[in-house]
Amino acid sequence: MPSLKHSIRALGFAAGVLAASLLLSPLVASKAFADQPKQGGDVVVTFKDDLATLDPAVGYDWNNWSIIKSIFSGLMDYKPGTTELTPDLAESYTISPDGMTYTFKLRSGLKFHNGRALTSADVKYSIERAVNPKTQCPGAGYFATIKGYDDVAAAKTTSLSGLATPDDSTVVFTLTRPDATFLHIMAINFAFVVPKEEVEKYGADFGHHPVGAGAFKFVEWQLGQKLVLERNKDYHIQGVPYLDKITFEFGQDPTVALLRLKKGEVDLLGDGIPPAQFLQVTSDPANKDLWVAGAQMNTDYVTLNVKVKPFDNLKVREAVNMAINKDRVIQIINGRAKVANQVLPPSLPGYDTSHQGYPYDPAKAKALLAEAGYPDGFSTTLYSTDIDPQPRIAQAIQQDLAGVGIKADIKSLAGAAVIEAGGTEGQAPMIWSGGMAWIADFPDPSDFYTVILGCAGAVKGGWNWSWYCNADLDKAADKADSMVAADQMAARADAWKTIFNGVMKDAPWVPVMNEQRFTMHSARLMGDPSLFIEPIHIPVNYEYIYAKDAQ
Amino acid sequence: MKPLAKYLARRFAASILILLGVVTITFCLIFIFPADPAVQIAGPHATPEVVASIRHQKHLDEPLYVQYAYYVGGLLRGDLGQSFKQRTQVAELVWSRLPATLLLMLGAIFFELLIGIPLGILAAARRGKIDRGIMIMAFAGVSAPQFVVGLILLYVFAYVFGWFPLSGYGGLSHLILPALTLGIGGGGWYARVLRSNLVEVMRQDYIRTARAKGLSERKVVLIHALRNAILPAVAMVGLDIGTFMGGAVVVETVYGWPGIGQLAWQAIQLVDTPIIMGVTLVAAVAIVIGNLLADLVTPLIDPRVRLR
Amino acid sequence: MADAWKRFRRSPVALGALAVLILLVLMAIGAPWLTPFDPSAQFFDGLTLQGAPLPPGGKYLLGTDLLGRDLLSRLIFGARASLEIGVAANLAAVALGAFLGITAGYLQGPVGFLLMRFTDLMMAFPALLLAIALAAIFEPSLWIVAMVIAMVNWVQVARIVYTETTSLAERDYIEASRALGAHWPRIVLRHILPHLTPILVVWSTLGVATTVLFEAALSFLGIGVRPPTPSWGNIINESTSYFLTAPWLVFFPGIAILLLALSCNIVGDALRDAFDPTARGRGQ
Repeated sequence: MPSLKHSIRALGFAAGVLAASLLLSPLVASKAFADQPKQGGDVVVTFKDDLATLDPAVGYDWNNWSIIKSIFSGLMDYKPGTTELTPDLAESYTISPDGMTYTFKLRSGLKFHNGRALTSADVKYSIERAVNPKTQCPGAGYFATIKGYDDVAAAKTTSLSGLATPDDSTVVFTLTRPDATFLHIMAINFAFVVPKEEVEKYGADFGHHPVGAGAFKFVEWQLGQKLVLERNKDYHIQGVPYLDKITFEFGQDPTVALLRLKKGEVDLLGDGIPPAQFLQVTSDPANKDLWVAGAQMNTDYVTLNVKVKPFDNLKVREAVNMAINKDRVIQIINGRAKVANQVLPPSLPGYDTSHQGYPYDPAKAKALLAEAGYPDGFSTTLYSTDIDPQPRIAQAIQQDLAGVGIKADIKSLAGAAVIEAGGTEGQAPMIWSGGMAWIADFPDPSDFYTVILGCAGAVKGGWNWSWYCNADLDKAADKADSMVAADQMAARADAWKTIFNGVMKDAPWVPVMNEQRFTMHSARLMGDPSLFIEPIHIPVNYEYIYAKDAQ
Repeated sequence: MKPLAKYLARRFAASILILLGVVTITFCLIFIFPADPAVQIAGPHATPEVVASIRHQKHLDEPLYVQYAYYVGGLLRGDLGQSFKQRTQVAELVWSRLPATLLLMLGAIFFELLIGIPLGILAAARRGKIDRGIMIMAFAGVSAPQFVVGLILLYVFAYVFGWFPLSGYGGLSHLILPALTLGIGGGGWYARVLRSNLVEVMRQDYIRTARAKGLSERKVVLIHALRNAILPAVAMVGLDIGTFMGGAVVVETVYGWPGIGQLAWQAIQLVDTPIIMGVTLVAAVAIVIGNLLADLVTPLIDPRVRLR
Repeated sequence: MADAWKRFRRSPVALGALAVLILLVLMAIGAPWLTPFDPSAQFFDGLTLQGAPLPPGGKYLLGTDLLGRDLLSRLIFGARASLEIGVAANLAAVALGAFLGITAGYLQGPVGFLLMRFTDLMMAFPALLLAIALAAIFEPSLWIVAMVIAMVNWVQVARIVYTETTSLAERDYIEASRALGAHWPRIVLRHILPHLTPILVVWSTLGVATTVLFEAALSFLGIGVRPPTPSWGNIINESTSYFLTAPWLVFFPGIAILLLALSCNIVGDALRDAFDPTARGRGQ
């Protein structure tokens, strides 16, 4: 199942993405959360780049992902500050024993922002719209296990045979095979419910005039300048959101945004704390309660293309794994990450705490290269995106490789051009993945396999830039994803552990680090710290934060 | 008036021809850029069928001349195509950025003239050390990289003194620093051109006559010489219009100014080709119009220019 | 030529600028011997333990950059990139511009017409935008950057050369040698090119200034000279986000760019005056 959200280079370091562990307790009381939240007030959030779109079936960047979540709702959602699934527009759901049929009951009294009642027909319309190739939805493939998907994707029909609405408040999905990730899929943006009449009214421009059923209502969007949302008074969850109004300001350089935050003009840094000011901000005691750090659910890595010589040789791939000084890489980004030794980030089920990974050992690396027939090293090319700090990191890696005799030329290109090179067979020997912001759309280990390491991704235009394809592991992955029942979860995590250990034995990647995310907010903006580092909403879950000075 | 009308007609016809060439080259951009549009629209999870369907929807599976016809046909209807990334009409995106770009352009031209005209006059009037000093300053203005000037102005006037907002778009206070950054370079050119023109004009007989009449030097320069020297410099404004329409990318990046330069820069990073094509085309049209204006103004104010 | 030098020598400003220019060129040539450190070596003690760059003073005279490399060494080597691109881009632009300008100006007729309409077309393209798009998307190298700049810059040279050639071609002695049966390449080489030399020299010098600024702008956007090759523009690009905490990383290369561009502009301007004393009053 495809699973990774890409954002091209907008991210830099400040905004690595997913945070929090599955173990995070929901909304633990904390210092910052001690006051009782009051409804009211407005806040200003800054971003460097304007959003591409707010259409949930199209938007797929780290910066619009969470804003779309606050305007729209889906059948499922996550409990605030956690990665725990909970019904949202649905009141309840049942799964058939064979894991092939999902039945959702909608809440009563649901309303779109335009005042119209939301029914099961809208759910059906929205998902069929996402699958319809005319919509050009980048996440359409997520719905591939729904019966009838192939016919809709091939434009033979517009109606999914596996999606039925027996009455106004019931939605029934029939799948072609059990899919352990299906409830997560009902919680991703592509499955959010949109009103047909508004979509038809605005056509392709719906993304600039969004109407949903989420916590906030769209007010206005001055392209390149600002976006204004206001509280949805008819929101189906009582008592939230707290804020009356959120203003997103665009075109704000992160450094400038930080200065404005200090002046009190800004409440939240959408792009996080800029790397250059990181030490200064975090070492100032006055800021102690204002910045939030979170473990991340992303891994940054170097791909070693197994279809390009000499990376077809396992010994060479192992040698490269031992040649890169990951601590040094982390030093040059001011320690804003943790060393990674495997594919999965620590907080995901399936992460192997006992896995040792490849040690940093240039001497051993040289020996391995000699064994592989390259005693004097070789020349190759390392691709990277061209926005700071990625070229700098690529240069640090380049120096490490030179240390064992590998001469790597750096090609730093626009993100889209790197992606194109990665998806072209035999073109990019090595790619530094940083800045292409691999972000899990939902917290599940399968997200880190199918597209970026499975055979399905090792095709022209695919995202498996190592071109690694192991049929046995693919089979094991399919099997793991068929474990649907609640009591199979531990076994499923174990299955994934085995799969990823298998991947690391073949060393198609050098996992380098798991980024940490650092966000800063004004003193008047309150909320549980877990809201600021949670994996689902970046940089924050807007529904549950509040203004201290609200009346 | 007859040769003038003929001249105008010729310039106009030439402009139309140039635009046609611009459209053709812009059309080629989509083939120059390495990313397959259909794959790009479809995203990482698309099946080959979806890609094929998008290719069909976008007429990418048609022969070249058909695609060209679609493109030109669209342009005639004011349709600049649809963004890969945003799925929005490019025309609307460009349109929404135009006010910011025009505002910055006006601000920059204002500062160019504000800096260039007094310096040019002073240099011409006070030959010698002052003249030399001003000309070095003018050259320094032309030679200073815009992004360094921008960063320094930002640091000093917005950060240290806090007189101006640090970036963004809004009232006059937001406009001053980016406009000044652009104006410093342009001001250097104006100062040099105006000075050269003044020096030449001051050699003319009628200036000698004015001097001989006993008019003060200030009056001679400001009233008699300037009137004749300033017009050719003003014609340069026409050329500036074109430059600023496509060339403010760096300054817009430094100041987070939401103009079409910023739009283009973001599109280039994403290889969102339709936006790149749209901005290129709009900027080219502006340049053609700007040049046309300069061509039209020049013969009106300077009869020495041959009408070709 | 000798007269020109005499006139040039009279201006102390021009001499000063020429000295700076020569110094910069020598610095670029002698870079391997002048630099205290390897410009691409990332020193462990070149960063604080938290990963911050070192300020000027101490072992690293002008401080270090964000990878712990010696800024002074990078600046000296950066002069190479800037000058190589400046010279290469200009030679290409001037050669192409001169060739097309002369051809169009001498031949006139439909060929000349087409060539000049083509330059009109190129003039109408937003140059920086076009260069940015090309540089961002094509495989990066010093020479690609130089060629992109040349592609944008040849147009003005072509137009000026065209105008000059047209007027030269009408002169009597050229008419005469044509009547004597001289072939046009010979006429161009013997009679036209020598007269164009001053213009081309002036344009080459002024063009270096434009090109250096152009390269710096591209590198500032992260699409000019690619790391680890240092150029003044990309040193600034790598450091902009650190501008408020490490301003020396922007300040020193900024000064370097200004110095080079300024001295080229002054020298070029002085050369123009020296070659053609009557042109003092003319615009550009």
